[in-house]
Amino acid sequence: MLNNFVMPDLYPAAPEIFLLLMSFLVLFVDLIFGATRRWMAAMLTVVTLLGCAAITLVTSDGQTTLTFSNMFVDDLLSDFLKLMTYLAVIMMLIYSRQYMADRGLDKGEFYLLVLYATLGMMVMISAANFLTMYLGLELMSLSLYGLVAIDRDSPRCTEAAMKYFVLGALASGLLLYGMSMIYGATGSLEIGGVAQALYQGQSEKPVLVFGLVFLVAGIAFKLGLVPFHMWIPDVYHGAPTAVTMFIGSAPKFAAFAMALRLLVYALFGLAVDWQQMLLIMAVLSIGLGNLAAIAQTNIKRMLAYSAISHMGYMVLGLMSGVVGGQIDAFTAVNAYSSALYYTVAYVLMSLGAFGMVLLLSRAGYEAENLEDFKGLNKRSPWFAAMMLIIMFSMAGIPFFVGFFAKFAVLLAAIKAGYTAVAVIAVMFSLVGAFYYLRVVKLMYFDTPVDSASITAGLDLRLLLSVNGLAVAAFGLFPDAMMMVCTTALMRSL
Amino acid sequence: MVSLSHYLILAAILFAIGMVGIFLNRKNLIVLLMAIELILLAVNINFVAFSHYLNDLSGQLFVFFILVVAAAESAIGLAILVVLFRNLSSIDVEDLDTLKG
Repeated sequence: MLNNFVMPDLYPAAPEIFLLLMSFLVLFVDLIFGATRRWMAAMLTVVTLLGCAAITLVTSDGQTTLTFSNMFVDDLLSDFLKLMTYLAVIMMLIYSRQYMADRGLDKGEFYLLVLYATLGMMVMISAANFLTMYLGLELMSLSLYGLVAIDRDSPRCTEAAMKYFVLGALASGLLLYGMSMIYGATGSLEIGGVAQALYQGQSEKPVLVFGLVFLVAGIAFKLGLVPFHMWIPDVYHGAPTAVTMFIGSAPKFAAFAMALRLLVYALFGLAVDWQQMLLIMAVLSIGLGNLAAIAQTNIKRMLAYSAISHMGYMVLGLMSGVVGGQIDAFTAVNAYSSALYYTVAYVLMSLGAFGMVLLLSRAGYEAENLEDFKGLNKRSPWFAAMMLIIMFSMAGIPFFVGFFAKFAVLLAAIKAGYTAVAVIAVMFSLVGAFYYLRVVKLMYFDTPVDSASITAGLDLRLLLSVNGLAVAAFGLFPDAMMMVCTTALMRSL
Repeated sequence: MVSLSHYLILAAILFAIGMVGIFLNRKNLIVLLMAIELILLAVNINFVAFSHYLNDLSGQLFVFFILVVAAAESAIGLAILVVLFRNLSSIDVEDLDTLKG
């Protein structure tokens, strides 16, 4: 048996291997210089991610390559999602540098857990087998539980970590139970193998659908769709803002990849069944997310509910690829690229919104209440304008990136025949506009409660300005990013 | 003769007990960790039963990975539990109520 061992092709997994090796280096550097030169671990983490980006770019040839006995796939979609993930993580690290340093949380653990969570996301993005998907998911989730609890003396953080842990573990359990049922019905753990078994149609339908329900529940937990959204507000609220920013950005790409690979690539044959489930969850998420966000006074909690509703819109695109059980390549690529575009746009806006919270926070003070934004225009007209752009974009007001993302998703839904759902989604986005515009009103028309000058460093100010302007620029030129999304999907489906 | 469906029913019962344990338990966080473990073990029974029935080894391989991850998961869960206990001096589920909105 042993002499049959063939060395797998490591080339497609080069970014992952590089990240893993570099994480050991970060570990050593932190051990030796951690006490005296903390910036070294941070710098090395950013260098690692930049290196990963370079490797991903250089090795990206547009071909779909499978390696590790068909467990790991490297295609254009995975390259694109990985690049976006690195970008989001690097932005998060720059945004959070001062915040973490002020609170004494910029320890080596933070950077290592961020790196391992990123590795988990990369594995999820490239998963071609249920096993790799599960391992990537757990590597990401376990690191995130640790990150939420990183401020271990704060009762709020630890409570949030415990809630996240219990519900996340439950979600993994649901996902695994679904995977075991699908394995039993199709006899394969490979995403391609499952798709083939479904295509041949010899599997037992009831077992498959039974498994599918659990699988969808697991995915919905990770995306944060109603009714599996309970963890989102508590975790967003309880975690340190920098960690909230991390959870609210890069993992969305991994969750998108998971949903796409499991539902579309593997279980395409059951599309009629999972479309129904996603439809209900999307409508509920859009409704509940937007309504509950109105009642919030804490901006992190408000953004949490807004995340739930945004994921609802994203799923609207994800479920519009198959019309009546038939797939037509054009509709499918259109629908999935609208969902991908939405994810990219949302992550960009989410980073900016949490960046504003970090901008206004300082040592010993958390600017996490809506009140803290009162009269921001008087304190800093430039950053009030940045927040205005981000809030307008999140509300879906025309000529910002959020508008085109919503437009693409709704167009896909209408093309797939979900006109009524699209109308409901638009109505709830009007409801949502209320709480986004309330922030704008607080900034421009109220008198400041907190009149301290903004002490954030130059790096944060610069990045936040670039981020805000990018939200506006992508809104003015939406085609470029849309083209990239479409190409990535077209070459990988 | 014990058939595949017997194993599946056993796994389903264990899974259901785990679920009920998570949702009905209002007292102790350690019981929650046990319930999570039970869910993962139910999945393992499923995988082994299917793997034997299908004559395919990959299901049993999956079980090894689940066992390893479950151990790591318990370690993290217990670590969070310890810091939580140091902060709250309690591991009562009902005391986890500072985050509400």
